[in-house]
Amino acid sequence: MTNVTAQTQPAAAELTGPAAEPDGPGTRARPGWRSLLPTMTPWLAIGLGLVIVITLFGILGPLLVGDPQRIRDQGLTGPSAQFWLGTTQTGQDVFAQLAFATRGSLEIGAIVGVIATALSGFFGIYGAYRGGVVDEAFSLFSNVALVIPGLPLIIVISGFVPRESRGLWTIALVLAVTSWAASARVLRAQTLSVRHRDYVAASRASGEKPWRVIVVEILPNLLPVIASQFVFAVIAAILGEAGLAFIGLGASNSSTLGTMLFYAQNGFALSLGAWWWFVPPGLMIALFGMGLSLINFSIDEIINPKLKNLRRHRRLAKRAARLERELTRRGAAQEADR
Amino acid sequence: MTTVHVTDLVKDYSIRSGLRRRRLRAVDHVSLDLVPGRTVALVGESGSGKSTIAKILTRMEKPTSGTVEVALDDGTPVRGPMYLRQVQMVFQDPFASLNPFHSIEHHIARPLLIHERTRTAAQTHERVLEMLERVNLTPAETIAPRRPHELSGGQRQRVAIARALAPGAQVLIADEPVSMLDVSIRLGVLNLLGRLQREDRLAVLYITHDLATARHFSDEIVVLYRGRVVERGPADAVILDPHHDYTKLLAQAAPDPERGPERVTAEAVIDRDAIDNSVCYDHFLGEWVQAGTPAARGARAGRAGQPA
Amino acid sequence: MTSTVQAPAATAARGATPGAVLTVEDLSVVYEVDPPVTAVRGASLTLRRGEILGLAGESGCGKTTLAYAVNRLHRPPARVASGRITFHDVGGDDVDVLALGDRELRAFRWNKLSMVFQGAMNALNPVTTVRAQLADTLRTHRPGLSRAAVHARSRDVLERVGVDPARLTSYPHELSGGMRQRVMIAMAMLLEPQIMIMDEPTTALDVVVQREILREIVRLRDELDFAVMFITHDLPLLLEISNRIAVMLDGEIVELDTAANLLAGASHPYTRKLLGSFPSLSGERGGFIRSGVDETEEDQA
Repeated sequence: MTNVTAQTQPAAAELTGPAAEPDGPGTRARPGWRSLLPTMTPWLAIGLGLVIVITLFGILGPLLVGDPQRIRDQGLTGPSAQFWLGTTQTGQDVFAQLAFATRGSLEIGAIVGVIATALSGFFGIYGAYRGGVVDEAFSLFSNVALVIPGLPLIIVISGFVPRESRGLWTIALVLAVTSWAASARVLRAQTLSVRHRDYVAASRASGEKPWRVIVVEILPNLLPVIASQFVFAVIAAILGEAGLAFIGLGASNSSTLGTMLFYAQNGFALSLGAWWWFVPPGLMIALFGMGLSLINFSIDEIINPKLKNLRRHRRLAKRAARLERELTRRGAAQEADR
Repeated sequence: MTTVHVTDLVKDYSIRSGLRRRRLRAVDHVSLDLVPGRTVALVGESGSGKSTIAKILTRMEKPTSGTVEVALDDGTPVRGPMYLRQVQMVFQDPFASLNPFHSIEHHIARPLLIHERTRTAAQTHERVLEMLERVNLTPAETIAPRRPHELSGGQRQRVAIARALAPGAQVLIADEPVSMLDVSIRLGVLNLLGRLQREDRLAVLYITHDLATARHFSDEIVVLYRGRVVERGPADAVILDPHHDYTKLLAQAAPDPERGPERVTAEAVIDRDAIDNSVCYDHFLGEWVQAGTPAARGARAGRAGQPA
Repeated sequence: MTSTVQAPAATAARGATPGAVLTVEDLSVVYEVDPPVTAVRGASLTLRRGEILGLAGESGCGKTTLAYAVNRLHRPPARVASGRITFHDVGGDDVDVLALGDRELRAFRWNKLSMVFQGAMNALNPVTTVRAQLADTLRTHRPGLSRAAVHARSRDVLERVGVDPARLTSYPHELSGGMRQRVMIAMAMLLEPQIMIMDEPTTALDVVVQREILREIVRLRDELDFAVMFITHDLPLLLEISNRIAVMLDGEIVELDTAANLLAGASHPYTRKLLGSFPSLSGERGGFIRSGVDETEEDQA
């Protein structure tokens, strides 16, 4: 009688695989969590594969390679059995540098991702939930933060902060502060739509405390959006840091993929044809960004289930249209026979 | 047993259009009483203020003026956090009022825990199953772990009713509880509400635009038009013998096959624009009164003589 | 049950039913999902000229799918799996709706058969005026029409549905819900179609406004003699306004009879159940509420 039965087959049955999501609030696992995991598709598998391999390389690589700073007299040699990715102008092992640089970039990405997500969550979700003056103030603040340009700001900051104390955390903080606002606006819009749903009103009417309403009733429904914003923040941070480092404004005490490119450019790697020096870090950034983007697309499918079925839907629609055409053709043929 | 006295309720919304602010009076001096074991139907079109009254009663909105007094049998006033333990609401849309993320058990367990009806996890679980059985969701063991999208509309609304009763509420505000359900399920849900009301001697405010169910499901009908009460009285009297033009218009508009098909083409005799909402016919008093404060006092005084 | 329903339709296939404007025979609509779902199963009905045919049923029973298929407005993955839909033009020509090509179909829709949708706000374009939308429809279907004629016709249809022609310059959001639905009806009758399919046209409206719209529909039908297929879940409403009513359950038409016959004695148990779901406004309480009758779990999925 009702058409609910058609929807009852839970999509959970086909859900597999881990998801690259930030940790949710520490409530006990419920069946609800499973619906938040994206469906495993080839694209998601590639994305996860790339991200996991690169992350492992960033974590384990530095433990296995030698000192990346050691100077040898074998400058600018191509890939060989001894140096897998060749050496730099000053004879440093590019592969060792790549391992440490990947770790540095991942650190920046993770720190910025967490800080930016926390900031956007606070200003976006809490403001929208409270409404009224709080929301207006938070919203205004987000809008102001949104138009602060990251690059000029960091140039200004680098003018104030001496180079030796311009560490990884400083760069990460600046990147986080300039990148949370867009996510906050997205989260605010989502929260506003969830906040006005009856189940939020119902839980308030049953006497639930505000923080519990936010954390238990609203937040789970925002998790896919938050995860997607987190992944996006990580990509943006790694790219942003690489850009800053490339123009010489990176962190002074750590090596990242950006600083590697900076030194490669300073060492005229391009004009000397030393491709093994600048291609690996560039490729690493590109592949990591691609992996995260592929994961993000899969998360988008949870946020908008229509995307999930788009391809299947199209295929089925084509088949239906074909069958219908055949039917009318048969009908016309019968008509002609008569 | 809990009684609710609503006196002189006024709710203004300020609407901003451009730089100007306009005041919109959604509820205009409404008074009504809810007593144990009786159902009051609040009838009116959308925008008449029905839902605003429901929101004020469940403390989701603050009234601009007027009072809502809730008292236990012995006259103890209900205040603060105790209020929501006594007064609960069933929402219109069962597809929106349950969180898609959480299990059915969560929805009923939370109010139990918030209002400290149960203490241990095992106790809570048992109580949840009990509640589900009370609203005819059986087998409760298999329903409890499911999530809302696995249930039909009627089943969801039963869950919503169980949730509302979980804190031990004695006053139930039902805001169009069946209007989003398929027609063949509606009666079942209304009959369920009726049974629960008899069992627990609940005071029920049934908000609806459907005159037919209002007549049969409630003891008393209050007709609301543009924020004001324009007619009140025993259910049958209001529907079968409407006095106010607006009530007549509503009764005329409601489909009623038994009155024959020629009714469709009959021109409306009542001019909608000429309807006056400043007067109210009170069937308890048997006379016209001014809408607003005096009407309410009169009505209550009149009912004092009646057996509850 | 089904045999009594199909009997008149079978004769109609050979054009025997006098005054028929639309004949649907054994229509099945299948949604090509996994697994395929048959939304309409072997539906047969005849719509007579100038009649209001009610199509009653609950959500998911296939009533809307049927209406869309008649108009060939259904979208893949829905497909017509079998059956015939024949439109009997007033001139005496029979049109096989399912065999129409794209161009012919566009000409057929709105000219011969138009639709009024449930959500007027969604069906009207929010960024153009009522005048532009009416003119657009007219120009598409009547390319030769002069500006003055378009304007005159637009005013005329609005007047007919009881909307002040001054409203031509309004945008949809400036109109009340009832007014919008009237504009939708005006739009549907713009080209004087012989059939109007109305899909829950009054469900979202208040009872008083709903009554006004119904009155308007019946009056217009009396004046212009088009046939109406009126889809709703509200059986009492159908009993009042329609000549005949088809009751659908799970994609099948389980009962098709005149309103009076249904009210007097419906034969299918589902029809009786539906009728019993609506308490009478002025009559006795019957088996309704507080009579201690069961509230059994009728909605177990």
